[in-house]
Amino acid sequence: MNDQLTNREARDAIAKEYEWGFSSDIEQEFAPKGLDEDTVRFISAKKGEPEWMLDWRLKAFHAWLEMEEVDWAKLDIPAINYQDAYYYAAPKKKEALKSLDEVDPEILRVYEKLGIPIEEQKVLAGVEGARKVAVDAVFDSVSVATTFREELKAAGVIFLSISEAIREYPELIRKYLGSVVPQRDNYFACLNSAVFSDGTFVLVPEGVRCPMELSTYFRINAENTGQFERTLIVAEKGSYVSYLEGCTAPMRDENQLHAAVVEIYAHEDAEVKYSTVQNWYPGDAEGKGGIFNFVTKRALCAGARSKVSWTQVETGSAITWKYPSCILKGESSVGEFYSVALTNNRQQADTGTKMVHIGANSRSTIVSKGISAGRSDNTYRGLVRVLPGAENVRNFTQCDSLLLGSECGAHTVPYIEVRNPTATIEHEATTSKISEDQLFYAMARGLDAESAVALIVNGFAREVLKQLPMEFAVEAQKLLGISLEGSVG
Amino acid sequence: MLKIENLHATVAGKAILNGLTLTVPAGEIHAIMGPNGAGKSTLAYVLGGRPGYEVTEGSVTFDGRDLFAMEPHERAAAGMFLGFQYPVEIPGVSYLQFLRESLNSQKRAKGDAEFSGAEFIKLAKTQAATLGMDAEMLKRPVNVGFSGGEKKRAEMVQMGIMDPKLAILDETDSGLDIDALKAVGHGINEIMRAPEKSVLLITHYQRLLDYVRPDRVHVLSRGKIVRSGGPELAMELEREGYAEVAA
Repeated sequence: MNDQLTNREARDAIAKEYEWGFSSDIEQEFAPKGLDEDTVRFISAKKGEPEWMLDWRLKAFHAWLEMEEVDWAKLDIPAINYQDAYYYAAPKKKEALKSLDEVDPEILRVYEKLGIPIEEQKVLAGVEGARKVAVDAVFDSVSVATTFREELKAAGVIFLSISEAIREYPELIRKYLGSVVPQRDNYFACLNSAVFSDGTFVLVPEGVRCPMELSTYFRINAENTGQFERTLIVAEKGSYVSYLEGCTAPMRDENQLHAAVVEIYAHEDAEVKYSTVQNWYPGDAEGKGGIFNFVTKRALCAGARSKVSWTQVETGSAITWKYPSCILKGESSVGEFYSVALTNNRQQADTGTKMVHIGANSRSTIVSKGISAGRSDNTYRGLVRVLPGAENVRNFTQCDSLLLGSECGAHTVPYIEVRNPTATIEHEATTSKISEDQLFYAMARGLDAESAVALIVNGFAREVLKQLPMEFAVEAQKLLGISLEGSVG
Repeated sequence: MLKIENLHATVAGKAILNGLTLTVPAGEIHAIMGPNGAGKSTLAYVLGGRPGYEVTEGSVTFDGRDLFAMEPHERAAAGMFLGFQYPVEIPGVSYLQFLRESLNSQKRAKGDAEFSGAEFIKLAKTQAATLGMDAEMLKRPVNVGFSGGEKKRAEMVQMGIMDPKLAILDETDSGLDIDALKAVGHGINEIMRAPEKSVLLITHYQRLLDYVRPDRVHVLSRGKIVRSGGPELAMELEREGYAEVAA
């Protein structure tokens, strides 16, 4: 009893300290283990957030306490102990490595295959002192990043961390944060709303075509934002932006649970293209130690003729639970979802999209390519909903599954709810195996078994891969091959 | 070039080849003819190294090397080309991509310099022209939506690009109209008629031999070579039928 009181007092004291003044020297780099109101206060204080932001988080936290984890997905999720995790800047338990020699040779081999430069490899592997060097090597010094920033600024594009945005553009954040994904949307989105650590804010002003592909890569301060990342993209009237997220290199992370939220708000005639390559650590061959990736991504096509296109290549994580969606509210708005989800060994993926047609003449396209190998399970789950007022809606869905071996599973779960008779909905689905004929044919021309599988799989995924920006597409192609290594034979 | 001795092979436990012996020297084109079920395609697959075709006895050397010690892709890199009776579709992969990756994979295996994109496209165009094929076709996915004749022509374009030492052509003439047959015959002569190259032409009918003149003709029956002779043997087969000749 006595101990508990002491703990609580201590926590209160910590929380109070931050209430008093954010600029004071904060020595402690992480919140204590566990999740309660104080953790939320700690994070908010740590970020130097204004009162309204803290209130927003707390509201989410209390809502979360009353919610339950989702269990409708075809996933076997081990019980997660939310009190046994760090929610802010979790200490990196692994020590910085002295050199690449100390890195798991298996990982180095993958880096090599991906063609990642040595300096960049050091950063990814966490070699001591590598970051600055790598930033210099990869991006040709900070000045390049600065140049990018200046170019964006000249165009009027706002692109910065969400923490900075909360301080610098409070009105915009208050207006848009949670406007697409409400706090109570689902368990993990709600958790994210309470404890998000950092993320990105983008605003493209009216009529502006963003002069470059925006990538989290170019944001130097993107460290340690992986766990509860929050991204908010606003495209004003007639603007365009292409946003890239992720990294093809296998990223290890001490945090097992990742629950990100991405919100996109597209005004009249605006277009947003959002591309992801996700390759979080999938765990070992038995699935031990992999990341749980529970992500909520949604776009609101609010304005007439607005368009949002999601493209994802998902090869990592032990468990993926992810449905990038479009609310097609604007008249003649357009939603697209292009997905490649590859699972191997013991990986599980339940992924797909929701296209909710509210506006008249709105259109959506869904192309999903699932590849299952090893003893993995891969589910496409997609909803196409047409509301009564939505006249002349069109949807085209194509869902293809490719199986390698006989121990994996592929499942397609389409939900189609049409409440307007003028809608045209098409759904095509196929399931196939890589045939021995194909493999032998390719091998007889000189490809070894793994290269042959990689080639056939890339052909299968081509429709989606060609949606990716050029360099991303090349890396993604290699990634598919590497992710399937050992699955042949 | 190719030396087959006392080859026995089974498919799904069933004996198909029963002591086949055959030698194809460099610079020669040999035709293997035989009725349906004689083991013609099995011979092609065994030489190509297809899984499921089990060698139970005998040996094959290719260019002095033990063929069965090599994986299918290693046989390709060593200079063997297998022309398929039923070329396989690979959706989403263009001929150009497929052939360039295959060829460069062979080059890497041999320690040779790889082809650049531009070099490769030039080579592919030249070979397509030799076979009278529109090079634009090579941008299409491998064999997808191709007619039987187009697929066989494309096989010959592939052979031209790979420039093998030994080509094993499994019923390359089946399903071809007369124009395609001429083109394929012309292709085989252009690409493979050379002192350091050999061809094993597996066929059911004599008609391809009007365009490609074989140095030797062998009759395969019940998994064995039952007769060998010069080009005139093909004519005899055409006249008399297999039952008579192979009896």
